[in-house]
Amino acid sequence: MPVYHLKTPISEEEIRKLKVNDVLYITGTIVTARDQAHRRALEYLKEGKPLPINLEGLAVFHCGPVVAKEGDKWVAVAAGPTTSTRMDLFEDEFIKNFKVRVVIGKGGMGKRTTDAMAKYGAVYGAFTGGAAILAAKAIKNVRGVEWLDLGTPEALWIFEVENFGPLTVAIDSHGNNLFLDVAKNVEENRKKIYQKLGLPP
Amino acid sequence: MKPEIVENVAFNLIRQAVIYLPEDVKQALKKAYEEETSEAGKTQLKAILENIELAEKYQAPICQDTGTIIFYVSAGAEVRGLDKLENALINATRKATKEIPLRPNAVDPFTQKNSGDNTGRFIPYIHWEIAPGNTLELTVMTKGGGSENVCLTGMLVPGEGINGLKKFVIESIIKAGAQPCPPTIVGVAMGGGADIAMKLAKKALLRPLNEPNPNPEIAKLERELYEAANMTGIGPMGLGGKTTVLGVHVEYAYRHPASFPAAVAFNCWAARRATARIHEDGSVEYLTHKEKV
Ligand code: SF4
Repeated sequence: MPVYHLKTPISEEEIRKLKVNDVLYITGTIVTARDQAHRRALEYLKEGKPLPINLEGLAVFHCGPVVAKEGDKWVAVAAGPTTSTRMDLFEDEFIKNFKVRVVIGKGGMGKRTTDAMAKYGAVYGAFTGGAAILAAKAIKNVRGVEWLDLGTPEALWIFEVENFGPLTVAIDSHGNNLFLDVAKNVEENRKKIYQKLGLPP
Repeated sequence: MKPEIVENVAFNLIRQAVIYLPEDVKQALKKAYEEETSEAGKTQLKAILENIELAEKYQAPICQDTGTIIFYVSAGAEVRGLDKLENALINATRKATKEIPLRPNAVDPFTQKNSGDNTGRFIPYIHWEIAPGNTLELTVMTKGGGSENVCLTGMLVPGEGINGLKKFVIESIIKAGAQPCPPTIVGVAMGGGADIAMKLAKKALLRPLNEPNPNPEIAKLERELYEAANMTGIGPMGLGGKTTVLGVHVEYAYRHPASFPAAVAFNCWAARRATARIHEDGSVEYLTHKEKV
């Protein structure tokens, strides 16, 4: 199983090397964004306003972190991923326009995002749901926060990370989607399970 | 029984629960890691085990979602001062939220306002039971939202009998997929009524993983459902593999002839629970955790 350590900004060429099931660790800058931040970013785009941070080559993290203020500095206390499917609505436009190279979350994403990742060169890295301390320990510095008016969980948190991972590449830039493969596999296994339990199909 | 003692014990239990997983869950996760053959699944289980260690080392909650606080109280009939208990448990919840800290997870469904301290109407919820004797047994479960969102109740067709139940359980697990952060613990209950079945299913999540139902027929059903669930291939975090559930616990109540209520409750791998027994003289035994408080 190949393991990759990539530094942001990540190039399209580097991303194209990754295949589903590879393990990825990221060093550099990752930015959190949930539903509201995605929505606002796309509104800005429509109005021709620049984002507060250039996302090109960076990773966007589906996460509403628990943060604390120590003096005038923010610290990430716990930062596990949230369910990514809610962002399926926005992610293709997000990838296309902001040239984000890695999307991090849990639970996977659908066909629309998978197609955008293939077209523009991005991957989805699955981070272990609930592993909040593992994530927080890789966050070395909170560089800043934008759009705090959306509330702490929904704001854009800009994290400097070191070896953030392990991320399982679950959608690569070649149209493969591990979650959709698993779903297909589950469909096939269902028949065997019914047989084993003596249930009518 | 002095309310200060109960408050203090309840606080300690919440702290134990959110920082340390019970030994049976830890062992089951270790075993799953050793036996998992899917690479992606193994990576996820390894991350879970590392996260558990880090939480203990840094004395921090295992998961950022520290859940909804639920208490199960089994009160000896001779225990005095039970009327002060509810308040003691609410105070413990407030203190735990501030000092551990916990994520504030209590929202008014009408105004959408978060109370900020994990308390509110009926929250923390307290389940009461009267037992003989003069001791008080106190259990806390801090229940995560991701695994709560996939719990299901179904009114099955009585004519289908146990087959109908098996089908309902497997379909619920497939439908839940990656959402409840598998590997999960699954509580199943049949009979009673819609509310009774869910109450029993959720309570079944408290039973340690190495304790099958004492009724051998039910224990056999638990085993069968456990094996079937792990044949789905959903795997750790839904990335594929043979560890989808760590255990299936089944409970039942008698049913109305015309009804077959069934419930499936999920707990994520971060299955947080802790129990203590408080004696009349104020001495305390912590039953689930050997870690110091
Ligand atoms: S389902 Fe459980 S482990 Fe996953 S994020 Fe929620 S509380 Fe944490």
